[in-house]
Amino acid sequence: MNKVHLKVAPNRDVILGAIVVGLLVLIALRAPIFLSAGSLDTLITDGAILAMMAVAQMLPILTGGIDLSMPANMAFTGMATALLSKAHPTMPVLATVAIALGIGLVLGAFNGCFIAYLGIPPIVVTLGTMSIYRGAVFMLSRGAWVNEQDFGKPYLAFPMSRLFGLTHIFWISAVLIAAAYVFLNHMQRGRELYALGGNPSAAKYVGINDANNKMLIYVLTGLAAGLCGYLWVARYAIAYTEIALGFELQTVAACVIGGVSITGGRGSVPGVLLGAAFLVIIFNALPIINVSPFWQMAISGAVVLAAVILNSRSERTQGKVILERDHALTKVAL
Amino acid sequence: MKRGSRWAFVKRWETILVLILVAICLINSMASPYFLNPHNLFDSTQSFSEKALIVLSMSLVIIGRDIDLSVASNVALCSTAMGWLALHGLSTSSLLLASILVGTLAGMFNGFVITGFKVPAIVVTIGTLSLFRGIAYIVLGDQAFTHYPANFWELGQGYLFNMIPYEFLVFLGCAVIFYVLLHHTVIGRNLFAYGNNPDAAVYSGIQVDAYRFWFFTLNGTMCGLAAAFLTSRIGATRPNMALGWDLESIAIVVLGGVSIMGGSGTMLGVLLAVFVMGMLTFGLGLVNIPGIMMTVVVGFLLIGAIATPIVLRKLSERRRERAGA
Repeated sequence: MNKVHLKVAPNRDVILGAIVVGLLVLIALRAPIFLSAGSLDTLITDGAILAMMAVAQMLPILTGGIDLSMPANMAFTGMATALLSKAHPTMPVLATVAIALGIGLVLGAFNGCFIAYLGIPPIVVTLGTMSIYRGAVFMLSRGAWVNEQDFGKPYLAFPMSRLFGLTHIFWISAVLIAAAYVFLNHMQRGRELYALGGNPSAAKYVGINDANNKMLIYVLTGLAAGLCGYLWVARYAIAYTEIALGFELQTVAACVIGGVSITGGRGSVPGVLLGAAFLVIIFNALPIINVSPFWQMAISGAVVLAAVILNSRSERTQGKVILERDHALTKVAL
Repeated sequence: MKRGSRWAFVKRWETILVLILVAICLINSMASPYFLNPHNLFDSTQSFSEKALIVLSMSLVIIGRDIDLSVASNVALCSTAMGWLALHGLSTSSLLLASILVGTLAGMFNGFVITGFKVPAIVVTIGTLSLFRGIAYIVLGDQAFTHYPANFWELGQGYLFNMIPYEFLVFLGCAVIFYVLLHHTVIGRNLFAYGNNPDAAVYSGIQVDAYRFWFFTLNGTMCGLAAAFLTSRIGATRPNMALGWDLESIAIVVLGGVSIMGGSGTMLGVLLAVFVMGMLTFGLGLVNIPGIMMTVVVGFLLIGAIATPIVLRKLSERRRERAGA
């Protein structure tokens, strides 16, 4: 298993890494200010949230699913914690984080119940809950905004405080992504997700529990969305109904660019990180190199299409190597 | 599952939809004295006719195991094209044709990438979702196109006999055509065949990829038609127009009893779902419930519509098991 992983994954990741570095160099040549400390700091903090959400999105995609409700979950958790902070300005950060995780967990588990135990396709369930959670934000806030001066001090201070020169958002993201890497590569549960996505019936025959794993996945994406909801609101110091609207597409885009197969079973954490880096660099560079931000949407669409087409080629030629024995490769057709 | 029991289920689903529709109409007429006014009723069809045009072709795409998330963006793209061409002095009828043409080409593009490179429709249309609307943003930025020919409004705001909106008539006409296409032609039979089992369909000589390509193209055509009506009705093109229609139209299709896994569904069910959703929106509007609450209702309807039969089936299976033991 390890050997195969080394064979396929780094090759693609190295190329993508080179493209990302090349992109940075090109932008820096055009506008050196892009590589200034302040600009890079913004880049890393913006990227941290996207990377966290993209790695979370990778979990359902690995099993052939998708979670479209994450940004709506973020908006709801963000609004709920923001309103609590407004009512209790001295609320400690630990309580805020616990509440954010709790709400995220409940919303994620709601998805999970329908997907895991009723077998409804994830795209339908999360499409539905995406509307429900987004509408719930409106019901909670009655359409009003929570502005910077309404928040409690600790609420806003924590995510943007610095440790070794970088924001807490970055460190939280780094720790969680490292944890996701260990989970997916070195823990049985994580490997089971690849098995489930690669060949669901084979996974069933070797005794992998489909329902429990799916429940776990959507609980995890819910937790991640809950936490990111708080971080997002605190970072931009504002909460409103449309927070992170359309963000689900960016997380999926980061996964696709990073080489995660949308049909499941393939993908790596480093790949997704590079995918997220690619998107964040492009988005943050546009205003600096004097391209109207209105180009952002079309560019991300074109990049996703290009990545999908390139992925399709590599996937077709290689097939899925699931077992290696005496140099004879067993290939399993899609 | 046996053939007989499946058909019994489908029939039952449509019966449920009829009951829901009747219930909504009853509640609406009790909640507001303005509901049962024929003028109001026909007027209310305008708010869903355009979306419903896309729902028709979307059901074919979904029956064929695909999905198209780019429809709302396609509408924005078509409308942008119309607005731009209107600045160059095109007449209303050529604008209508141009919109349909742009939509068709955009749909073709989806179909080409999906079938040509053998990639899943969901990720391709997520890409074109950004691309199509992105082009509208590039052209328009934060501006809007508002200069249309003098008689352009008639398309979306005109009435037959001062009563029935043209776009509702067009929708009804299209619904009949799609009904015949799906249930009474070889094309429809083949669609169900490959929606149920694409491999078997290929082996029995159905050109599955050709069908998929043309259904995505058709979906684009309907987007172009819908865009012309919508633009005419609101009289302006903004890059954020029709936002959320992709999800709403999929929700209506699924509510209509089309399986999201492909292979089953009826036009009658989809048509009923269109009216259920339309009357629900109209009713909520009459009692002044804000539009965003509608999305909550749509979300619950979508999940409930799919979960209920599954839960019922599981319960009856359990009962049977207990009886057997």
